[in-house]
Amino acid sequence: MLQVRIHGRGGQGVVTAAELLSIAVFLDGKYALAFPSFGSERTGAPVAAFCRIADRPIRTREPVIHPDVVIVQDSTLLYHVDVFGGLHPEGYLIINSSRTAPELGIEERCASLPDGHWCIFPATEIALKHLHRPVPNSALLAGFAALTQSVSLSSILRAIQERFPGALGTQNMEVAKEAFGVVRERLGRTDSTAAGEPLAAPA
Amino acid sequence: MRYQREGSQAIAQAVALCRPEVMACYPISPQTHIVEALSRMVKAGEIGSCQFLNVESEFAALSVLIGASAMGARAYTATTSQGLLFMAEAVYNAAGLGLPIVMTIANRALSAPINIWNDHSDSMALRDAGWIQLFAEDGQEAADLHIQAFRLAEELSCPVMVCVDGYILTHAYEPVDLPSQTEVDAYLPPYEPVFVLDPADPISIGAMVGPEAYPEVRYLAHHKHLRALDMIPRLQQEFATSIGRTSGGLLHSYRTEEAHTIVVALGSVNGTIKEAVDELRAEGMAVGAVKLCAYRPFPSQALRHAVEQAERVIVVEKDLSVGKGGIVSSEVKMALHGLPTVVDTVIAGLGGRAITQASLVRMIKAACEEGLEEPHFLDLNWEVVNNELARQQETRRSGSTPENVLREVGPFGVRVQ
Repeated sequence: MLQVRIHGRGGQGVVTAAELLSIAVFLDGKYALAFPSFGSERTGAPVAAFCRIADRPIRTREPVIHPDVVIVQDSTLLYHVDVFGGLHPEGYLIINSSRTAPELGIEERCASLPDGHWCIFPATEIALKHLHRPVPNSALLAGFAALTQSVSLSSILRAIQERFPGALGTQNMEVAKEAFGVVRERLGRTDSTAAGEPLAAPA
Repeated sequence: MRYQREGSQAIAQAVALCRPEVMACYPISPQTHIVEALSRMVKAGEIGSCQFLNVESEFAALSVLIGASAMGARAYTATTSQGLLFMAEAVYNAAGLGLPIVMTIANRALSAPINIWNDHSDSMALRDAGWIQLFAEDGQEAADLHIQAFRLAEELSCPVMVCVDGYILTHAYEPVDLPSQTEVDAYLPPYEPVFVLDPADPISIGAMVGPEAYPEVRYLAHHKHLRALDMIPRLQQEFATSIGRTSGGLLHSYRTEEAHTIVVALGSVNGTIKEAVDELRAEGMAVGAVKLCAYRPFPSQALRHAVEQAERVIVVEKDLSVGKGGIVSSEVKMALHGLPTVVDTVIAGLGGRAITQASLVRMIKAACEEGLEEPHFLDLNWEVVNNELARQQETRRSGSTPENVLREVGPFGVRVQ
């Protein structure tokens, strides 16, 4: 089982991100269970959402306490929410920021993870370019696909298209495709198995 | 067909497959995505000639459905929390009149203090109103139970609440398999009322019933629930045969063979309990679980049969009878009357407090090794409780308890758990 926790602020689409991820996993033929942390519903307040991914039906309903993957939509949360809490030592980390790990003051944290298990990239900027709106979801989900290879990019694109029909969907798909390329480039991946076989979850 | 769906959307689709004829809903908080989705389907003409009424309150919603149901219409609504309390008077009336309305309860805590999160306080408050209460474990069962609920309600002429954990199930995206319209039509025939208000053939219902007949009428309401104890497993069986899933029924046992300890619970927490059972079984502890699907009628005999070999039954419940303790555990104790079984009450998950596998495992081990105090409050922060008790001891003007406790625990949403 791969356990994913997404951190953001109310209004940034944390819950939608977890939902879309679960749909993409479902489209890949695996099991997923996504749910919000049911935090306060104020815009801007710290919120979290969860998605579990597995090869068999998922029964547990507890929040994700020991994530294998942490996605941070808003890097200002790094300083007052324990976003890394319980993260598996060999887990994955994705942060939306145009700054670097040292600039964010999380160099050590990132260095503690295995090579190729973390990526900080400007998801909001990619979204602004195609959507003219600061909504980093599609970019982060594509980044997740590129980094963990636990869901295919094609299913992420299909989930986006189903949720946002029309031009909005098309623009979001452009965001996702660009983000996928950006993350793969940063990881130095040039192989052709872009949307290929998923990696096993860390033990 | 299988979909990855939000629980509320799956329920809405299942309800639509049941061809409801009248839905009445109060469209502001506390409400669910269920009626939002259904209202869209009605507007798009996807549910035949179904009428959707936006009303001015939950009380009005159920009152409208009482009228609609008495006119012979298949009637549905959904509510939660304060909404259910606000319709309480009509809840009793619907049952007293024997009207087969189906209502989803997206289980949530009650105020005060204001809390919008999940527990079972709302439906527990109305447990004695005469409605059948069925509890769903996951999105799939939530969808399936609605189809069975209309059939059960209409065969018995008794309203049914389908209780679905608020947020935990209503807002979770998970795979749900929905039957086809043909399959549902075969399982659920058109509603054939036992009486109908018809201007062309007038009758009166809701008569004044004095002491000369009231006890008999009430007994007959109770008798209806006794019949439901036989009917619920039969309808589950028919559903399994025609649609291929074993959702519903009175209860489900999980790894209870040779179990010395059995955990009993309602609703979605059973998923996490099963994981805890697997963990303990792997360590060699003979632990099992029983999920109560039917809560009203209470399946005393079936439960007794399911747990009678165990030395200990631990009832994990998301409610609190203030001044008493457990509600479900009291009923479990009555069902096990005369047996040497120890019954523990574990109050858990109040107001949305997460129930974790680790906490369940710790609690079950503690129960087996040294026993539990009665009732046991799972993961209660005793430091916070004792500090507030000390404040109250110290000064008369100790302030408002919820605010005092809030100040102590700090801002919400900063911690992950």
